[in-house]
Amino acid sequence: MTARRTQKVSAKEVTKRILNHEDLFILDVRNESDFSDWKIEGNSVEIINIPYFDLLDDMRPALDKIPADKEIVVVCAKEGSSIFVAEQLAEAGLNHVSYLEGGMKSWSEHLEPVKVSDLSGGGELYQFVRIGKGCLSYMVLSNGEAAIIDTSRMIDQYEQFMQENSVKLVHTIDTHLHADHISGGRALAQMYAASYHLPPKDAQEVTFAYEELAEGKDITVGQETIKVQPIYTPGHTIGSTSFIIDNTYILTGDILFIESIGRPDLAGIAEDWAGDLRDTLYGRYKELSEELIVLPAHFGKITELGEGGLVSGRLGTLFSENPGLNIEDESEFRRTVTESLPPQPHSYQEIRKANRGEITPNKEEQREMEMGPNRCAVHDK
Amino acid sequence: MNSDKIVDAKGMACPMPIVKTKKSMDELRSGQVLEVHATDKGAKNDLTAWAKSTGHELLSTAEENGVYKFWIKKA
Repeated sequence: MTARRTQKVSAKEVTKRILNHEDLFILDVRNESDFSDWKIEGNSVEIINIPYFDLLDDMRPALDKIPADKEIVVVCAKEGSSIFVAEQLAEAGLNHVSYLEGGMKSWSEHLEPVKVSDLSGGGELYQFVRIGKGCLSYMVLSNGEAAIIDTSRMIDQYEQFMQENSVKLVHTIDTHLHADHISGGRALAQMYAASYHLPPKDAQEVTFAYEELAEGKDITVGQETIKVQPIYTPGHTIGSTSFIIDNTYILTGDILFIESIGRPDLAGIAEDWAGDLRDTLYGRYKELSEELIVLPAHFGKITELGEGGLVSGRLGTLFSENPGLNIEDESEFRRTVTESLPPQPHSYQEIRKANRGEITPNKEEQREMEMGPNRCAVHDK
Repeated sequence: MNSDKIVDAKGMACPMPIVKTKKSMDELRSGQVLEVHATDKGAKNDLTAWAKSTGHELLSTAEENGVYKFWIKKA
């Protein structure tokens, strides 16, 4: 009986509904601290938290708060407890109950490809929105070739996309040594015999061979069509590098976000890098065209997602509206980026080690290390 | 640490460790101590939160070879 009345819904489907602004009522049955740390967000999402262990004997606390006419999705960490609660709710007479397949674990891993634009040389640029974690990666496609920037760990989703678009990977590029997620750049490059590019200043301790990113050493995708131009922009890390693509887009990594700026403390030396960060944001970026479209490696709030889920902003507009670009006083800037920062991302030191090749966690350990929000911006809470 | 009863929830996924813990706790008297063994990482935060919400006292926790151990005193 109950099996017919509860359905599973995938992370992809939930993402679609959020991007289409469809009403979604979510009952999150994880414990309070996990819920307050990190949850599903969206402009059209209404979400409540009642831990499953408060519902073991009696569903009334949930029934009292759920609108009877709405479709609801029950969510937990992996899915076991949400199936249990969803079945009980269906038993209690609710008609439209489903549960999130794979729980927050699969929510954290879904990548939604969003087309940024066609490029002048006939290529295309895509942004991959990791909606559950706030990470953004990019794929440049041109003449049967592809390059991926800031590849996330779930490389099978890029593989599938490349197959569908009949392109072969030639480059993976990381803007910096990531501390909030495990890079899939090296693993994916190995599979396709592609080159993996890293900023040398971030890669001094890595245990593997890589291509050094350097200003003036452009990277080509497709037959001399799309130029990926590295610009050294330290601050979040000492090696952080931005990329200009097709003279129109600037990929800013974790240096500049749409509504915030990167934090300089994740490698343990905020004081030293605060000056670099200021020079990059208030100096190097100021010299670039205000018409460039900023494509960052993260978003902090779901409200930063624009049309179709795309996260982007005009550089000139960011200079007037982004609070991180409007701190005139240098000592106040220093305070903002070194004091009262949000908590550091989950397992960030272990993640840095994995990205340097010093440790090789298995798939389950990698998942566990990445659970939770990213918190790479100074204004994340 | 001494306990009056042991719950073996090793290898079980949520919600089973807490379902079993709750059932065993119902059989104890106030002041008695229940020992829980679980391997699911999520059980750690959940048992802590569950104890707090029910008023039982989480006396101690330990981790040995991937097994999480909890000692909970009944309210």
